Amino acid sequence: MSPRPGFVLEVDRSTPPILFWHGEGYRLERLPEGSRVVYAPEPLPSVDDPVAAVRHALLHPLGDAEPLPALLRPGMRLTICFDDISLPLPPMVAPDNRQLVIEEVLDMAAAAGVDDVRLIAALALHRRMTEEELRHALGDRVYDAFAPHGLLTQHDAEDAQDLVHLGQTELGEDVEINKRTAESDLLVYVNINLVAMDGGHKSVATGLASYRSLRHHHNPETMVHSRSFMDAPASELHSSNWRMGRLIAASGVKVFQIETTLNTNTFPPAFEFLQRREWEWSLRDRAAYLASTTALRRTPDRLKQQIFHSIKSPHALRSVQAGEVEAVHDVTTSHIWEQQGVAVAGQTDILTMGLPYICPYNVNSIMNPILVACTGLGYFFNMYRGQPLVREGGVVIMSHPTPWAFHPSHHPSYIDFFEQVLTETTDPVEMHKSFEESFATDPWYIHLYRTGHAYHGVHPFYMWYWCAHALAHLGRVIVVGGDPAAVRRLGFSPASSMDDALEMASDVVGPSPTLTHFHVPPLLLADVR
Amino acid sequence: MRSTELLRRVGRARFPLGAPSWPTSVPRPGPGRRIGLDYDHEWSRSYPVRLARAVVVDNVTRPLAHLVAPTTLLGEEHLRHVESPVIFAANHASHVDTPLLLTALPVRFRHRTAVAAAADYFFDTTWKSVLWSFSLAAIPIERSRVNRRSADMAADLLEDGWNLVIFPEGGRSPDGWAQPFRGGAAYLARRTGRPVVPVYLHGTRHVLPKRADKGSRAPGGSGTEQRARRGPRRSPVTVAFGRPLVPDEGEDARRFSARVERAVAVLGDEVRTDWWTARRLAASGESPSPHGPEASPWRRAWALGPRPDETRGDEPAWPRQGR
Repeated sequence: MSPRPGFVLEVDRSTPPILFWHGEGYRLERLPEGSRVVYAPEPLPSVDDPVAAVRHALLHPLGDAEPLPALLRPGMRLTICFDDISLPLPPMVAPDNRQLVIEEVLDMAAAAGVDDVRLIAALALHRRMTEEELRHALGDRVYDAFAPHGLLTQHDAEDAQDLVHLGQTELGEDVEINKRTAESDLLVYVNINLVAMDGGHKSVATGLASYRSLRHHHNPETMVHSRSFMDAPASELHSSNWRMGRLIAASGVKVFQIETTLNTNTFPPAFEFLQRREWEWSLRDRAAYLASTTALRRTPDRLKQQIFHSIKSPHALRSVQAGEVEAVHDVTTSHIWEQQGVAVAGQTDILTMGLPYICPYNVNSIMNPILVACTGLGYFFNMYRGQPLVREGGVVIMSHPTPWAFHPSHHPSYIDFFEQVLTETTDPVEMHKSFEESFATDPWYIHLYRTGHAYHGVHPFYMWYWCAHALAHLGRVIVVGGDPAAVRRLGFSPASSMDDALEMASDVVGPSPTLTHFHVPPLLLADVR
Repeated sequence: MRSTELLRRVGRARFPLGAPSWPTSVPRPGPGRRIGLDYDHEWSRSYPVRLARAVVVDNVTRPLAHLVAPTTLLGEEHLRHVESPVIFAANHASHVDTPLLLTALPVRFRHRTAVAAAADYFFDTTWKSVLWSFSLAAIPIERSRVNRRSADMAADLLEDGWNLVIFPEGGRSPDGWAQPFRGGAAYLARRTGRPVVPVYLHGTRHVLPKRADKGSRAPGGSGTEQRARRGPRRSPVTVAFGRPLVPDEGEDARRFSARVERAVAVLGDEVRTDWWTARRLAASGESPSPHGPEASPWRRAWALGPRPDETRGDEPAWPRQGR
């Protein structure tokens, strides 16, 4: 049977309870009659022969780019950059797309006699990847060939010696990126485009940039005018990145962009029920649900995190395209919408969502309260084109345990942000003015970022800015099943059950509100008309 | 707690312990791809399944069939010297035809014989597909039109050494008279070079006749009357095997099919009369038509004659009095 498209279910008396993610767990909630549930399209088929598809893309580039072998020559400086641990989610089963592509690129470079090759993880201000994570992304063959010789590195946005200022855009935005990439004869960027937001000029202009450059688009003003991040023409974040990308190209940096898309086959067979429509759950699905929920209730939090973060997703390569940045990204975006797009008619008063255990910034880590907010209001709220799923002044109800817990090595500045900034203000503009600079330039955070596995000091601010559009748009945010103190610190309202949350929401949106549930996984993009 | 009570409680359990209900607005999907012609029946010919089927056929199906339908065999000698695999082409009036024919076959054929069964009837659900694949080694055949996959599958089976039972009428007789033969059996014989053994099954319609279609009702009735008993009735049957036929040089499938059909008709005549009478009528081209008279439905039904256990004519229609 060919994959079915996404659709919007209208809940009736016969509709079974609906699955909500709830951190390292999930629950079934019965939604009121007349509610809508947005279901993602089923995973599309993957390409039959990934290696052949990659090779074909490199030999038949899009836009005005030449085939990759024609760009390679002895004596040149070649730099291959790639997305970091934040993509894809959950991490995919080996071989990762990055390995598939980079091995093929290196085969061509070897055939052309290119000696000066460097690999750089495009971290931006994210934490450095561990050896294990790099090996998973690139494969042992690549890692062992480059890492021991210092030829596999991770972008350091605080290393002044390894940054170069290329100029300012017409709007005065500084463009400062990794020096090695700017001075290479060819920069090959390897993307995994999980959602429509990823890739394009954002790859280089964000992934390889410094704080000096990033602050021009990672700020409340830009974020609140990005409606949404998934719709590049309507996203100020993307407009800024596109201006920067064009300046980078005009500065003589030659970028050969390779973008890969995945299907949405997100969970292995044991957890397959998570991505099935509830009324189609088989006996096996129900048994898996009951067994796993029962087991998870008795499992310590630490162990639950380890179990879930050990899941490798059976995502499969859906498409690969290479060549000139904008031509490539247009095709990539259309593939992503084909896989994830769902047409939804009109907005709703209340938007409900179950938040999973993972987001781009807590792979192999803890989903702290700031990341809970960012996942719900920064990501899921923004998974739309046209207009938000929830109306202005409406309510978002999120389901997540929201523990008052932080990973001390990965998120040190988050702890201080939670204690020092959110106790003072939850207003993105206010914190941007009063607190951002001190966190961004704090030498201790910079030291941890450069030498450990810590996110940059300014990163929690960026997470909060991702929520800026939703915070300005919504009348109230309610978290079901969360730690009440942590939820209140975020400025949200805690509720012990979905019924309580709906009761609380009616204070804002009135009685008999409309309700829409954003059903993930698999990921979906709502085309709201 | 009794097992039935336990099952009832589980059946009443709410989702996710029980099965989910289906939203009214969502159409239920049609049959999946793994039934009908797409059903994978390869397993039913594996050695362990064949062994299990042989045990069931010999120890359950055969005694049951003979209990319900005491069988007389004619023409077994025709099978003595024919080499397997062959195609058995039989008339078809009842669901008991298949088990009766299978259990009537000599052992060397019985456990290596597949049955061509209508994909739309016997393979329209998973449980039916499994049941018929196991119990009869049935394979799904498209009967409403010519289907290359069905033909290829049947030919492959013959080439693998499996005998094949085909009912060339394409379905049970609706009124007891034979329907025209379709060319599938003859086509397979021509394609594979294997012989066709004509088979006539007599009296099976009395054991388990084809019922009227759902929704039909007695004339003048409301349609809500209690329907007649559905189970089989005990009645004697005869299974007659004919001489194996092979296509002549240059004989096409259509003409060969007509020859097979005539052979089955002659067998029918033989069962009703005797071998010599049937042969003489066949030689003169005067065998009675197996399709019955061209007449109104009631006359066709009348022409079939009475059930073997019906009283008629010289027998009294009511209990004798005063004895």
